[in-house]
Amino acid sequence: MTGPGLQAYLILAALVFAIGLFGILTRRNAIGILLGIELMLNAVNINLVAFARFHADLAGLVFTLFTIAITVIEVGVGLAIVIAVFRVRKTVDADHLTLLRG
Amino acid sequence: MTGATLAFVVVAAALVTASLGVVLTRNLFHAVLYLAGALVATAVVFLLLESPFLFAVQLLLYAGGVVTILVFAIMLTERLVGERITQTSRFLLNGAVVAAAVFVGLAGFIARARQPAPAVTPAEDQVAGLARALVGPFAASFELLAVLLVAALLGAIYLARTED
Repeated sequence: MTGPGLQAYLILAALVFAIGLFGILTRRNAIGILLGIELMLNAVNINLVAFARFHADLAGLVFTLFTIAITVIEVGVGLAIVIAVFRVRKTVDADHLTLLRG
Repeated sequence: MTGATLAFVVVAAALVTASLGVVLTRNLFHAVLYLAGALVATAVVFLLLESPFLFAVQLLLYAGGVVTILVFAIMLTERLVGERITQTSRFLLNGAVVAAAVFVGLAGFIARARQPAPAVTPAEDQVAGLARALVGPFAASFELLAVLLVAALLGAIYLARTED
């Protein structure tokens, strides 16, 4: 049984990556931007697992485990920052968070 | 069209649809639900790639953990009822152009790349291999990841604590 090749998975991951990038560029809500980052990291995981499968190398799966753990860390810290910002500024709209603008 | 190809097409369509829902829907809560769908579809992609262990990890950590945290964050920063949950986007055209350019660049690179060798079926038990890799060549990275997790947890608690 021959399924889709490596390139089909890479194209799918590239498409999801581009969609996530679009979300980051256009969302104004900080949580919406985090959702876009999630999509992009997810696309990278598809790439890693696909390479691991088609090269019969477990290193890709180990990397995927690491990126999944780091994504969870990133979401936890990112949302803590969002909540802290919301307490002070009463908004999570990225356009209004200009405290560091030079 | 073989069964495997058909399954891939169906899962890929579901993944892309859910991803578009994440970035296009106006209701932030619906966006998180679409993200859960996209994460589950990704888990099924892992299953198609013969990685049942990562399928389980993806479901438990992402679809279980991350989505729950996101829902909590939305409940803390927005009103779940009412109009505040809607959000607007800006620079839609610019964002679409940049994202399309990135996709075309990546796809062109992938299409021009050398065709990989035909797929080999993994010989040994995947979970046993992963376990050996994590305590063998990747042991140092694994321990560092544990330190990073603790540090991030402490940082998140410190950032989100109440001032009193």
